[in-house]
Amino acid sequence: MRDHATEFPTRTQDETHTVGCTVNGREYEAVVDPRMTLADFLREKLRLTGTHLGCEHGVCGACTVIVDGAATRSCLMLAVQADGAQVETVEGLAEDGELSPLQCAFKRNHALQCGFCTPGFLMSVTAALREESVTTEEQAREVLSGNICRCTGYTGLVKSVLEASAGKEGNA
Amino acid sequence: MSDTLVPEGTMIGRRVERREDERLLTGHGGYLDDLDLPDALAAAFLRSPHAHAKILSFDATEALTLPGVVAVFSGADLMEIQKPLAPKVQHPQLRDYPRLPMPPQELHYVGEPLAVVVAESRYIAEDALELIEVDFEVLPAVASTAVALQENGPLAHSGDESNVAVLLTQSAGDAAKALAEAPNVLSEEFFVMRGGGHSMETRGVAARFEMATGQVTIWDTTQAPHYARQQLSVIYEMAEDDIRVIAPADVGGGFGPKAQFYGEEVVIPWVAMKLGRAVKWVEDRQENMVTSMMERSQTHRVDVGFDDNGLLLAVKDVIEHDQGAYCAGLQVPSITTSTVPGPYHVPNIEIELRACYTNMVPTSSVRGAGRPQAVFVMERMIDRIAEHLGLDPADVRRRNLIQADEFPYKVGIMFRDGSPLTYDSGDFPTLLEGTLERIGYTEARERQAKLREEGRYVGIGLSVYIEGCGLGPYEGAKIRLTNKGRILVTLAAAGQGQGYETVYAQIAADGIGLDMDYIEVKTGDTSRIPFGQGTFASRITATCGPAVMDAAKQMRERLIDTAAVLLGCDASEVDFVGDKACLGGDLEKSVSLQQLAQTANIGKHGITMPRGIKAGIETSSYFSPERAAYASGAHAALVEVDPETGEIEILKYVIGHDCGNVINPLLVDGQVLGGFAHGIGNAMYEEPVYDVEGQPQATSYLDYALVSATEVPPVELFHIQTPSPLNPLGVKGAGEGGTIPAPATIANAVEDALRPLRARVTRAPITPARIVDAIHRAESTSADQD
Repeated sequence: MRDHATEFPTRTQDETHTVGCTVNGREYEAVVDPRMTLADFLREKLRLTGTHLGCEHGVCGACTVIVDGAATRSCLMLAVQADGAQVETVEGLAEDGELSPLQCAFKRNHALQCGFCTPGFLMSVTAALREESVTTEEQAREVLSGNICRCTGYTGLVKSVLEASAGKEGNA
Repeated sequence: MSDTLVPEGTMIGRRVERREDERLLTGHGGYLDDLDLPDALAAAFLRSPHAHAKILSFDATEALTLPGVVAVFSGADLMEIQKPLAPKVQHPQLRDYPRLPMPPQELHYVGEPLAVVVAESRYIAEDALELIEVDFEVLPAVASTAVALQENGPLAHSGDESNVAVLLTQSAGDAAKALAEAPNVLSEEFFVMRGGGHSMETRGVAARFEMATGQVTIWDTTQAPHYARQQLSVIYEMAEDDIRVIAPADVGGGFGPKAQFYGEEVVIPWVAMKLGRAVKWVEDRQENMVTSMMERSQTHRVDVGFDDNGLLLAVKDVIEHDQGAYCAGLQVPSITTSTVPGPYHVPNIEIELRACYTNMVPTSSVRGAGRPQAVFVMERMIDRIAEHLGLDPADVRRRNLIQADEFPYKVGIMFRDGSPLTYDSGDFPTLLEGTLERIGYTEARERQAKLREEGRYVGIGLSVYIEGCGLGPYEGAKIRLTNKGRILVTLAAAGQGQGYETVYAQIAADGIGLDMDYIEVKTGDTSRIPFGQGTFASRITATCGPAVMDAAKQMRERLIDTAAVLLGCDASEVDFVGDKACLGGDLEKSVSLQQLAQTANIGKHGITMPRGIKAGIETSSYFSPERAAYASGAHAALVEVDPETGEIEILKYVIGHDCGNVINPLLVDGQVLGGFAHGIGNAMYEEPVYDVEGQPQATSYLDYALVSATEVPPVELFHIQTPSPLNPLGVKGAGEGGTIPAPATIANAVEDALRPLRARVTRAPITPARIVDAIHRAESTSADQD
């Protein structure tokens, strides 16, 4: 056991890193402990509290953000890993105060109740719809299945994904 | 559901999209952990690793040396707050164990808090937890009701005489005699597993003490801020006015566990007061899995007597209820005992409750609250009666259902609200027939017969249920004309996603006769309204709704009377156009809401009020229902079961729902469908397993299966509306009806599918492994008989 200690020297509290990244198009820089998660970095350092922590072990999906184009569980990623990355969070979805088509669909279809899981759903679906359109209910359920919602029973979410996807194609 | 029948100009009944949504969709919600409390310290609790243990020694010396750690308190360090957290619903015969906020000596379940660390960050606080040394004497644990009730078994609390919390019997008629004389009697034992609330936001408390005023402000994710304040004022021996409990405008789901009161809610504000610093604690998911109260776990031994036509003659049910380590209240088992007869004529009833203590996290209400278990038992037995007599299960239900012209219907036993169990209104036959029609019952039976010939196992499950809701004692509302000339509706009730800001603006709009745009709703803050109970038992629409309507009508009168004085006319000539009170609808002869506020509320310092103007435009109302209202519904499921793998595929699901008059169909549908997903979890997936030592085995979402979009089937939902005569809005609760009958419906469908194999479904959740086991058991039983 002792040998490992020499291989992996104990890090002290004082050892910090500077993380610089772009969040929703704006550049940020902050000093963080190496063990700080990306979620805590966004919430505590940048005060972007729209990203929520539901389980902190990567299952519920509430903390999903988009990092360099990919939907990512921000509870499982360290802030230092996001150095130099392009991060998108729920705060960046509406442009000039106008809700995105997906956000509008959520409102129209009552796809949220308590709203705690909502940012994660929005980010997961936003990333998925950029990759491909969703035309069947089954596909919509697959797209949603990485996130957990305890309030809605998913019916409104399924409708929202289909409507947002159809709208997106319609606009193209 | 359509709103085409809603009269023009009224908001009640309209499918209004929610006001809450915009902030929640853009990441600007204000949940507890989002609060910006400058210099707040973070707390973390040290929790019992054992189901039952004595604390022999406690040493935090090393933890206190860690940079960033501000304080460590064990239970023994905070003896001044070690006072019992009282059970919510009590009974004179209850043998109650004091549930202390942070027990200093003996611990009774894994996860029970025993010390708190306060530090500069949660990261450091958790580091410090690792450095605390505790010596335990591990004691024998009780991890099931069966062990709890066995003779000379281990005791959940050392030195006690038994594990029994309470023994109660409810009866009507003479069940023993009726069973002895009945031509047919069937018996079965059922077990319904524990399940949790699993709000996506966990619990949390933050507190800040204002030295200058002696007041403490507490932010709490509670469903019941006034209840929390009441408990705290007793424990802290502080005046209520010095304790402000705020349930933030955004709370991420409740589902029952957040309606309870926990030790952490006592410890965190106290520590903040002691340290003179703001302190915040947010439960992490692992803590939530072991310390937030759960529900459900019950064993039922039921005997049903019936005649040759399937008419019920008697029901006797002996219920073993798992109270957990302490009695947080008897609400759940007492709801179960009164829900067993359900929507049926049952001339002779005897329900016996044996509630007992175990070394698991205490139980209390979780969405459904004692009802899913009762419905599971009754509906399973109705199916067994049909099977025994070779009748169609739909027919057996038809023959026993209480008819639409029998209300108010007295069951003969008592409800948990203290009144004789009396159903106010409903139409159970219409719910059943509507559900059968939509599931395509006749065709489904034909298809089932055909598929059985092909060796496929398709089943149809039905359930009809009632739900006591809208419980007392009261809920209230305060309405004020603000100085800016807007209407502020203040509710004591705290929401967790139900859309209160929208629904109560709809009701107030109708009561005042003003557009919703001028009306704002605030909730859940003890400093804004003095009295309140809380959000639980699907009660707010039926209690707070009438209060808002009454206060709104009073507000209309106050506004119009004031305007009439200013306009020099009779009140009957005044009406609103936009935010102006006009004489005969003429905008030229009008006063704005702001002018009314200027005159009656703001006034002029030292100057006499205009004659006839009553100062202070504020109204309030508290509504106390006479007794619980009864929502009801019917569910039907068509499933196919794979006997090899035990997999259940839900082919079709229909819900018929009756919650009386509907205020907002969009939101009511949301409640029912959300509740249904929870019910599917209880029916097929959710199991917080404890091992024989009382160690929880499912402490993450990797082990505890919460349903995602792929597990929840599409569902067809329809409503009927039988208004409740118990409140002026004619409303009933909608929050739990989707959950309550789902396990029964799935169980009935699965057993029906497997009927050719004689496999028995007696447990919820119904998992693939249990289905395969049941088939094997049935095969070996029939082999034995051969």
